[in-house]
Amino acid sequence: MSDAGFGRLSDAPATFLVAGARVVDPSRDLDEVADLGVRDGVIVAPGDVPAGAERFDGGGLVLAPGFCDLHVHLRDPGDPAAESLESGARAAAHGGFTTVCAMPNTEPPIDDAAAVTDLIERARDAACRVRVIGAVTSGRGGEALADLGGMTAAGAIGFSDDGSAVPGPGPVSEALAALAALGRPLIEHAEDPALANGGVMRAGPIAVALGLRGWPAAAEGAIVERDLALAEETGTRIHLTHLSTGGALAAVRAAKTRGVAVTCDVTPHHLALTESWVGGDRRFAWEEPGPIGAGASRAFDGACRVNPPLPARDDALALLEGVADGTVDAIATDHAPHPANRKLVPFDEAAPGLIGLETALSLGLAAVAAGQLTLTALVAALATRPAAIIGEQRGLATGATADLVLFDPDARWHVEAATLASVSSNTPLLDMELPGVVRFTVSEGRATYRSRG
Amino acid sequence: MTVGTPTPAWTHRHLLDVDLLTRPEIERVLDLADQMRTARETREFRSLLDLETVALAFYEPSTRTRVSFELAAKALGATVVDLAVERSSAGKGESLVDTLRTLRRCGATIVVLRHASSGAPYLAARETDLSIVNGGDGAHAHPTQALLDALTLREALGNLTGRVVAIVGDVAHSRVARSNIHALTALGARVRVGGPTAWVEGFGDRRGVEVATTLEAALDGADAVMTLRVQTERGAVAGVGSLAEYVDGWRLDDERMLLAAPGAPILHPGPTNEGVELTAALANGPRSLIGRQVEHGVSVRMAVLALVAGYA
Repeated sequence: MSDAGFGRLSDAPATFLVAGARVVDPSRDLDEVADLGVRDGVIVAPGDVPAGAERFDGGGLVLAPGFCDLHVHLRDPGDPAAESLESGARAAAHGGFTTVCAMPNTEPPIDDAAAVTDLIERARDAACRVRVIGAVTSGRGGEALADLGGMTAAGAIGFSDDGSAVPGPGPVSEALAALAALGRPLIEHAEDPALANGGVMRAGPIAVALGLRGWPAAAEGAIVERDLALAEETGTRIHLTHLSTGGALAAVRAAKTRGVAVTCDVTPHHLALTESWVGGDRRFAWEEPGPIGAGASRAFDGACRVNPPLPARDDALALLEGVADGTVDAIATDHAPHPANRKLVPFDEAAPGLIGLETALSLGLAAVAAGQLTLTALVAALATRPAAIIGEQRGLATGATADLVLFDPDARWHVEAATLASVSSNTPLLDMELPGVVRFTVSEGRATYRSRG
Repeated sequence: MTVGTPTPAWTHRHLLDVDLLTRPEIERVLDLADQMRTARETREFRSLLDLETVALAFYEPSTRTRVSFELAAKALGATVVDLAVERSSAGKGESLVDTLRTLRRCGATIVVLRHASSGAPYLAARETDLSIVNGGDGAHAHPTQALLDALTLREALGNLTGRVVAIVGDVAHSRVARSNIHALTALGARVRVGGPTAWVEGFGDRRGVEVATTLEAALDGADAVMTLRVQTERGAVAGVGSLAEYVDGWRLDDERMLLAAPGAPILHPGPTNEGVELTAALANGPRSLIGRQVEHGVSVRMAVLALVAGYA
């Protein structure tokens, strides 16, 4: 994708008018057609926009608060063949995100204050806000705690050993004690490695048919149950990321009812895709699945290898219900770019992960079109609720700094390397046509992405 | 040149698994294999594939499958190269796709691929313009084995519709079992998979397939019995107790075969662990079709190579 259309947070604040868009602002329970003005990066009454300012015809478009992704891999430092701060932030802006939270499993890992500071400094002129998540343990080694206090002072917004759960009993208990004092959440990748046992796709009938080693739901459930018990006992805030099973979600729902300080996110691919995709089927979770063997010539695509693995259909439907009722606080992409050479290998050798920043809105809108979610629930899960988790404001009230996205929910686009801003194109959605085209993204009052035409 | 019956038109450039074939297509392969058995003696088709170069890319050790493919390709006049993975660039970490693309540039047109990873032939078929024949991928599929088993069973039993074929042993780790389930059910047979619970879990919810977790239930009245190699080298005995326990509960012998239909034949994909899956007496006795399976291997692979190359 060319450079044209992208802006930076260091650009001058924007001034423009959006006329007649459907304004969806969950922070004020608002869903109505209205005009919205922005002058010098601040939301103003439409009449206060100077004459001659840029004007967007909002007919048929949705105007929403900017999206906030709690879980991305920018591969920076260390892996420019996959992504960089610059390209990842553009992918975010292209997808309607105005904030991304960068995971620390880089090369080297982000596990000290200097590394946090370096990323924050370099992100000042990126195409979206980049918030930094620090490693819990030194080198993500799962043993000695990293300098959590130093990283918090440097600006880290939470801590995770993403890619792995923080091992128990010692490290996770020490981490929770330290984080309680710092007021930062533990962001947990819930996977028990012994129970996962080298599984490469969700355990079940498709794994049996394909002769692939299965990853049982219990691998997630065991760590979720452990963490909920610890959160309840210690009162420390825990955020469970990329939940993929209905069982784990039910445990979270019960814990929330008891008042446990827990939040969680799910990825778009665990909401819309299923284990059948590994077998070559390309139907969304809410569609009737094909028989085992449907689409078999597409089977074993390394683009479908992800951790946690693509869910069973019942799990995906349970997760969608969780987004609808608010048990799932956020949709986070786990944007995990990989160059082709790590994916064009046999399935069990493929690097896990798929890109998500530029397709999250589209998958969400497909779910809305299928009646699985309301548009308001989708916007709340993409924008307002995740922002609240990291203490950011989101809302389209007059006086607020403009942080918003304008998109066409009905226009369709073709997913291909040339239409993606990410360096990588590892997604099984490649070559599909999806609904939802972002027209304009504004982060911190600056225009960060503008579609052409 | 055209050989075999003209219908149905053969549309497959690859043989990845049997589940991509219809019943008439499977029957077409078997009919052509019968024709190839004779042709091998008369050398009728000795130039059929003389414009083709068949590369054998075996990323797992193999004797019978590799030799069988080599002889099949040579019997049809193809040029044959053996990648010899252990002394090739693949052994230096070159990726599978890069190795296959190099073979293509060298002139290979058909690759027979065996790989420890399930699905590797699907990747090869998508990412190269070679014609790919699956010679066994991980625990997933072994289509030519299933086709030669079907040919052997058809020869022994006639029409397979309604016949019960018991597949006994480590079904969970077996690519032979998976492909046989597809081939035999497509041909109208009922497949009964039998073994310790951990080795047959998850196979019961398919049409035409039933699961038995006792030897008695597995063999009861079966028209034919196929026992699978216990993959001791893949640590597969884990999960079902010890090898001794398996032998105690599941090793086939002449007495246990009395549970099956009278005279029911015994098959094994080889190589056998004599005394583990079955007794030497049974393997070498009159019910055994194990030798016949090997003989059919060459003719089935001749048929498959001719079909994917578009010459039949």
